[in-house]
Amino acid sequence: MLLPLAEAIERHVADGASVALEGFTHLIPFAAGHEIIRQRRRDLHLIRMTPDIIYDQLIGMGCARKLTFSWGGNPGVGSLHRLRDAVEHQWPQPLELDEHSHAGMAAAFCAGAARLPFGMLRGYAGTDLPAHNPNIRRVQCPFTGEMLAAVPALNPDVTILHAQRADRAGNVAIDGIVGAAREAALAAKTLIVTVEEIVDALPPAMNAIVLPHWVVSAVAACPGGAYPSYAHGHYVRDNAFYRQWDAIARERSSFLAWMEQHVLGTRDHRAFLAGLQQEAA
Amino acid sequence: MNACTRDEWMTIAAARLLPDRGVCFVGIGLPSAACNLARLTHAPGIVLIYESGAIGTRPDVLPLSIGDGELAETAACVVPLPEVFSYYLQAGRIDIGFLGAAQIDRHGNLNSTVIGPYDAPTTRLPGAGGAPEIAQHARQVFVMARASKRSFVERLDFRTSAGYLDGHGTRARSGAPGGGPRAVITDFGMLAPHPQSEELQLVALFAGASVEEARAAIGWPLAVADHLDTIAPPSAHELDTLRALNARTREAHARPVRIPL
Repeated sequence: MLLPLAEAIERHVADGASVALEGFTHLIPFAAGHEIIRQRRRDLHLIRMTPDIIYDQLIGMGCARKLTFSWGGNPGVGSLHRLRDAVEHQWPQPLELDEHSHAGMAAAFCAGAARLPFGMLRGYAGTDLPAHNPNIRRVQCPFTGEMLAAVPALNPDVTILHAQRADRAGNVAIDGIVGAAREAALAAKTLIVTVEEIVDALPPAMNAIVLPHWVVSAVAACPGGAYPSYAHGHYVRDNAFYRQWDAIARERSSFLAWMEQHVLGTRDHRAFLAGLQQEAA
Repeated sequence: MNACTRDEWMTIAAARLLPDRGVCFVGIGLPSAACNLARLTHAPGIVLIYESGAIGTRPDVLPLSIGDGELAETAACVVPLPEVFSYYLQAGRIDIGFLGAAQIDRHGNLNSTVIGPYDAPTTRLPGAGGAPEIAQHARQVFVMARASKRSFVERLDFRTSAGYLDGHGTRARSGAPGGGPRAVITDFGMLAPHPQSEELQLVALFAGASVEEARAAIGWPLAVADHLDTIAPPSAHELDTLRALNARTREAHARPVRIPL
């Protein structure tokens, strides 16, 4: 259950797998994403509502063949330049898109968590998305005759979350903004969670999200594992870094140099953070 | 009053449209500034909902992302994202949706997906996010967009979110539960749908802006409403409140963050 992060990725994330690193702005599992890049996984089907910087990095480093998503920008800043380069110029390789709205993708995760074949919603009305995505269809309510939008359930081979804490049995607690983390976790065949700390007993919190140990495949202690995203109660989102990423990722050469130095050139997340701290000093 | 910028003008004009105690689904950027300005001026009871799950949030500084910690810390409650979209938006519990877009057409349909063909875009934009269902379900929608012939276009490259579709009641006949875009706030003033054709027409100008200026910035032949309003200039209180909010925000976002080592 308790594993070093590198071993958890080695054991559970195979080339060609469908992988969802979830966490909506908050608790984005950057350390796990970087470890996937270090281990040079290929042909992944990446799943995430908001690809964010971590998928910009995975796509730019050639780890992905397909992306399921619903909003692909750098929040409050602008474009994800590596995602754009992949879609507009097929660099470093073509990227197949499975594009949804937030509501549609949320419904797909909910269906996946419930092991239903599809999710449904009153959605996508009057939009061009269904014309370009065969995964968005219509279904008739057998009771009222109403036509509803339908999307196939999302059941990732692996979901990876970052959380504030887990206990030694592998129960996981999350507080703050949760996005679709619980649904993505319960939809997965395998669930890996990195945590800020492993504790003897979780604090009593009747309504904080607890993922019970028998749905969790591996827990890896990884302090700072969401940085430059954040972990409520531990550290704040580095908004200045999100702004800097725009310039780093704009050109292929500056992107590759940054990834070479900070991700491929570091042994683990602690060394990654130490490198950034040294650079800032 | 100091001379204000166009963005300040737009933000203040949009804030004035928001009623106290309204329930408002907020997008990031200019809409977020307008909604929080309304809360800090005439609408202290407004309920702001961000798609990240923060409900009734009262941030002291504007969030950079839709999920900054500030939103959760100052929220009445934080719920999972599927709950926001299913139990609040789809269930018809949102009064006002606030959207931006890269392109808008004469019937208030919006594009935030691609410029050029979908399969070979010249510019890949971020995509839909919450917009299609906000546009479908909110009782009314406000749109904020800087005007140019590249953004206010005759024909969208991609329809991400439905406004009035082809106009003349096509939206209502399609069964969309929400009321569609009631106002488009832009650099020179405001557009609103014609009651029958549902084509966006000029209904109000900022003091000092002209019909010619408006027509020059719009990519279709812009009609002018029978009654053309003038939008009152920002008051000192509105402008001071907005500038203080923006100054706090700039300061907060520039503050160096401790790397969690």
